[in-house]
Amino acid sequence: MTQRSPFGLILALLMIFGAGFAAPTVAQTGPLRIEITEGVIEPLPFAVPNFVAENGAAGEFAADIARVIASDLSGTGLFREIPASAHISRVDSFDAPVAYADWKAINAQALVTGAVSASGDRIVVKFRLFDIFSGQQMGEGLQFVGTPQSWRRMAHKVADAVYSRITGEGGYFDSRVVFVSESGPKNERAKRLAVMDYDGANVQFLTDSSSIVLAPRFSPTGDRILYTSYQSGFPKIYLMDVASVQARALGDQPGTMTFAPRFAPNGRTVVFSLEQGGNSDLYTIDTESGALGRMTNAPSIETAPDYSPDGSSIVFESDRSGTQQIYVMGAGGGEPRRISNGPGRYSTPVWSPRGDLIAFTKQHQGRFHIGVMRTDGSEERLLTASFLDEGPTWAPNGRVVMFSRETAGAAGQSSLYSVDISGRNLRPVASQGAASDPSWSPLLP
Amino acid sequence: MSYAMKAVLLVAVLGLAACNNPDRFGAGGAGGAGGAGGINSTGLGGANDPQSVAYFQQTLGDRVFFANDQSTLSDEARQTLMGQAQWLQTNSNYALIVEGHADEQGTRQYNLALGARRASAAQNFLVSQGVAGNRIRTVSYGKERPVEVCSTEDCYSRNRRAVTVLSLGAGS
Repeated sequence: MTQRSPFGLILALLMIFGAGFAAPTVAQTGPLRIEITEGVIEPLPFAVPNFVAENGAAGEFAADIARVIASDLSGTGLFREIPASAHISRVDSFDAPVAYADWKAINAQALVTGAVSASGDRIVVKFRLFDIFSGQQMGEGLQFVGTPQSWRRMAHKVADAVYSRITGEGGYFDSRVVFVSESGPKNERAKRLAVMDYDGANVQFLTDSSSIVLAPRFSPTGDRILYTSYQSGFPKIYLMDVASVQARALGDQPGTMTFAPRFAPNGRTVVFSLEQGGNSDLYTIDTESGALGRMTNAPSIETAPDYSPDGSSIVFESDRSGTQQIYVMGAGGGEPRRISNGPGRYSTPVWSPRGDLIAFTKQHQGRFHIGVMRTDGSEERLLTASFLDEGPTWAPNGRVVMFSRETAGAAGQSSLYSVDISGRNLRPVASQGAASDPSWSPLLP
Repeated sequence: MSYAMKAVLLVAVLGLAACNNPDRFGAGGAGGAGGAGGINSTGLGGANDPQSVAYFQQTLGDRVFFANDQSTLSDEARQTLMGQAQWLQTNSNYALIVEGHADEQGTRQYNLALGARRASAAQNFLVSQGVAGNRIRTVSYGKERPVEVCSTEDCYSRNRRAVTVLSLGAGS
């Protein structure tokens, strides 16, 4: 049904102590720096010449790796690539001195150079980052070792390191997204679980289209996926092991609907909605013992729960006030506190992995928005507006959210988009066809 | 209805149930009340035979509709469900699944919960009219299975529904 998952792949991470490279590590407060929080207007110009192929077998990767790095960095909206056609210098050897003047002349502020060697089932990718206007290397060179099939991951790791050094933030490129792949007409939509790299590459299907599947969610380590499936004829939560693609029902109670599951940061507890007699409340289940715990007991709809990254709180939506609003409660229970206060309906809250913000869906005056607010509900900021945006999921570094956008009408289709939490850089995410309900994995090891 | 005709109809029901999508029968079904194509019931003589599934679907009406973001039964919905309840007491060999549906104006999980509310409202009313509770199951499809695909109130009003889908084996 699926290819072998790249999860579990271990990339060796080695420092390069190359001869002739006594360059000190440049502090991150150095001149080459993007302060994301201050709002970047002008993307930082950078160059990534094709990596040097250090042997014949590496030739097929040398250009592709540079292209993936460039695409990762440009895709953030924070960087702008200077195309190879404008380059004055060629980089023919990884250890050759950098011709700073040539890169300065085309206004490249950052330069990424690299090399690849390949032998058998192993490729080695190494890179260096240079601050052109300071005339020095930025940070130490790094080397990644992996299988030839993992070349994209190694490129993403290089881009993550570059992004991280220049912005001071964690990266998010070496990550995956689980989502629902959609096909067929609107009144008989076929839905399959699929995973892909964050940039849409390496799509793998995890289920066939015989049952409706909804809202998959990664575990905190990305090794398991929670989702809702109609495979029994009724909506139930399932827990799938990504590597084996084996799934089992979780917390199945006869005569109930279970949905909207989400892992606690401990990777063991799951919070979810259980519907019985038309009423939906929040419960927890221990995935190992199967022990159930009831979190809410109200005649209103309580759903879409998510944990704070420290595991101490649960954010969820409830219509107990008459319309959908966002509430926070202790993970051990207690009285929920409403945090959404603007006009309209608020739903699908998700806690940022940094802990500082909650992203949500908002419906107001016939439009849907993705927005963020602080965890006390203050400083609400709407990032998007469309006929139907819903279900944000956070990038591992808490700087970007991905969500579903559906177009109106009989031919309406859903696709994935991402947007920076500043509201900039709204862009479609490739997914090989219609897609919905994305869930972003953590950064891969 | 002859035994043979009933058998044909029941085979059709089973075949559709095997598609794991009960709404297909209710939605397109036996010449049914709307939406996408399905099985053409012409020749089953159904809609005029008061004991037929087609009669239940078309003449009595197999579905009730709801206001936006609501799960309260209207007077019209109650009338329809009373008719269903009477028929179900006469035709006690059927079990039923009440499907709750929502229009696309809402987030996925909320619409699942809302669909469940609607199905439950219809179920409770049928029980109050004498249908045995153990004959009825409910399922919510949220916004996953609209019968109308346009994005206007006209379509939305027909998607906000609870559909009573019959199947074999009530055993009572």
